[in-house]
Amino acid sequence: MSEAAVAHGHDEHHQGGFVSTYLFSMDHKMIGKQFLLMSLFMMIIGGLLALMVRWQLAYPEQPVPGLGWVPEPYLYEGIIPPETYNMLFTMHATIMIFFVVIPILVGAFGNFLIPLMIGTRDMAFPVLNMLSFWIAAFAGVLMISSFFVEGGAAAGGWTAYAPLSAAEVYTGVGLGQDLWIVSLVVLGISSMMGSINYITTVINMRAPGMTMFRMPLVIWSLFITATLLLLALPELTAAMAMLLFDRRFGTSFFLPETGGEPILWQHLFWFFGHPEVYILILPAMGVASEILAVFARKPIFGYRAMAVAMIAIAFLGWVVWGHHMFQSGMNPTMGMAFMTTTMVIAVPSAIKTFNWLGTLWGGSITFQTPMLHALAFVSMFVIGGLSGIYMAATPVDIFIHDTYFIVGHIHYVVFGGSVFAIFGAVSYWFPKMYGRMMNEALGKIHFFGTLVFFNLTFFPMHIIGVGGHMRRIYNPLQYEFLQPLQHWNEIMTIGAIGLGLFQIVFAVNFFWSMFAGAKAPQNPWNANTLEWEAPTPPPHGNFIEIPTVYRGPYEYSVPGMKEDWLPQAQPGTGVGVAH
Amino acid sequence: MLPWLPENISTYGGEIDSLFMLIFWITTIVFVAVQGALIWFLFKYRAQPGRRATYSHGNNTLEIAWTIAPSIILVVLALLSRATWDEIKAEIPPHDVTVRVYAKQFNWDFIYPGPDGAFDTADDKTIENELTVPVNKVVKLEMLSRDVIHSLFVPVLRFKQDTMPGRQIDGWFEATKTGEYEIPCAELCGFGHSGMLGHLKVLSDQDYATWVGEQWSN
Repeated sequence: MSEAAVAHGHDEHHQGGFVSTYLFSMDHKMIGKQFLLMSLFMMIIGGLLALMVRWQLAYPEQPVPGLGWVPEPYLYEGIIPPETYNMLFTMHATIMIFFVVIPILVGAFGNFLIPLMIGTRDMAFPVLNMLSFWIAAFAGVLMISSFFVEGGAAAGGWTAYAPLSAAEVYTGVGLGQDLWIVSLVVLGISSMMGSINYITTVINMRAPGMTMFRMPLVIWSLFITATLLLLALPELTAAMAMLLFDRRFGTSFFLPETGGEPILWQHLFWFFGHPEVYILILPAMGVASEILAVFARKPIFGYRAMAVAMIAIAFLGWVVWGHHMFQSGMNPTMGMAFMTTTMVIAVPSAIKTFNWLGTLWGGSITFQTPMLHALAFVSMFVIGGLSGIYMAATPVDIFIHDTYFIVGHIHYVVFGGSVFAIFGAVSYWFPKMYGRMMNEALGKIHFFGTLVFFNLTFFPMHIIGVGGHMRRIYNPLQYEFLQPLQHWNEIMTIGAIGLGLFQIVFAVNFFWSMFAGAKAPQNPWNANTLEWEAPTPPPHGNFIEIPTVYRGPYEYSVPGMKEDWLPQAQPGTGVGVAH
Repeated sequence: MLPWLPENISTYGGEIDSLFMLIFWITTIVFVAVQGALIWFLFKYRAQPGRRATYSHGNNTLEIAWTIAPSIILVVLALLSRATWDEIKAEIPPHDVTVRVYAKQFNWDFIYPGPDGAFDTADDKTIENELTVPVNKVVKLEMLSRDVIHSLFVPVLRFKQDTMPGRQIDGWFEATKTGEYEIPCAELCGFGHSGMLGHLKVLSDQDYATWVGEQWSN
């Protein structure tokens, strides 16, 4: 389809009513915002579940304040029973991973940014895009509804290890676990639709002059992430179908008494699950790269190394899954192999960190809210990366496997990494999304509060992990050797409550700014990339005229120029060969 | 040694702890260097009137250096880990005592072969939640599960092994100190997972002989 035909096609459904504009919109920007709002709502649920987990760990079997009204058997006059506790952490992880971090980074920002930043009018398949949101929303409804069926929601951990997850008799959870499986399969369909769309759009619809190596790193990261999702999800879907068949239709893939193999589930789950971890962090790396370059007023240090490192992570991500299974009974010789690949995959992450530092070196750095979050991303990701080395060393993993050390590690990567990047992305692109600026003072209050209470909540997890504190236990006071660590549990819970309270600041800022924030100029951060060429907020079809790209995305502080930025679409030659 | 680490009473626990401390120092140095550089850059290169950012797209020599340096450190760590891992997990050394463990929701069954030294005979003895072993002797564990996956965790021994239904997994340890220690389950196994707790009793040779005598006296 020619450019003119695309533009024409857009004109035809330009004038829509409320339903076609806000509900069943086929505009990638509206779909991105829908994903964002849905995921922020799910984040509230996931966060409240986490707070209940924290309450139980700090004050075991004492009534949760304010929850005396919750009926049995969920709570008993506010006291969390073990069955409910297992549901809480299972659903916290499931919701945060599948319904918050992926849908925000991939669903919301993937959708919003890809067409704008590669210079096209919409996604390749707008109808598929609309379906992808509504299927995800349906999956969310299924997941939440599982709380209200008999036996409650899934309680076998977000990893759903068989046979615990494969037969109702082991947990007492029936339909809830089935709904969990079906919801994730349905969500997988949504992600597949999104991935196909992203990959097709990036490959085929880039503006004139936008070569692959002129693409912003966030687009590289989303492109690579979409590829990982496309390859990983069918495998997860197959595994989920097998689990459901074991539960309901008498098959025996994972049930040993009738010839199944429980460890097969772990192989299948982690073969998806490890690429999944990179799906959570790669777009965050891309977001951080954009923000760091803009607020340091410097070209990204080692642009090609950054892109290649992400490609390397994407390839190596397929051969490290066994490091989740060192203590599973898998042949110890395989432990050696997976330890080696795991050590190797740490290298591209190190390369990225050094390049972020290189980007800051010699910069002219300003500290607005997006930059603060991007810097926190780098700083916290370093902690999460370094703590991973402990688990990678197989003998050390023997001791810290399934302790709070791993819980600390994953939260430094997924909260310290991905969620700080999410806050950075929201504050950075909010002006383009909603046409208004977020409040800077509220943004800073939210940032510093989040940073302090995040570390108070999660850093002590390494300490109690070193003390041997198991994860997923209901009551630490049942163990003599954990008694001396209990004060840490209280400190972490206080941290978590503070962390939760500071998110209210974010919510207020987000919704207040959406309607009453200062009007945003077209390019508030003086950034080079194409989304800032579009009017604010961008109309249906994005650009008045499709831009032509003349250079790479990070030409900041070019010598001999008056301005310290040189947009990709500004005609001219000379500078801008990324290397 | 970090103060939170439980005491170690196994022959191989010291190696695990040394490796832990080696990684601790490496990561601490990298942590301080990277966070220090970050904060220093933020201060030194903060926006100031009249100064413009340096225009640089990178440096290939640096890229090569910071690819190779972490690669070397990580490969050395993998090689150092290998010997300890093989010692603990790959082969069971000659052993003095064998105990079969059946994990089940939510208890540990420890099965002793009795005087004939063979399992599945009339003199087998099952003791719930109590593993009694002699000090300074290699103990082999034959681990199984009756229902779901559990994980036998003895923090003081630096011992952890998932137990799997339908598959026997062998492990071993040699305790170097008498006393009574806890054996929690480390893998989520259902609503009773928390509190699934056994005890390890490490006895001196004489006490162990007495205990064996008591158990199989009649």
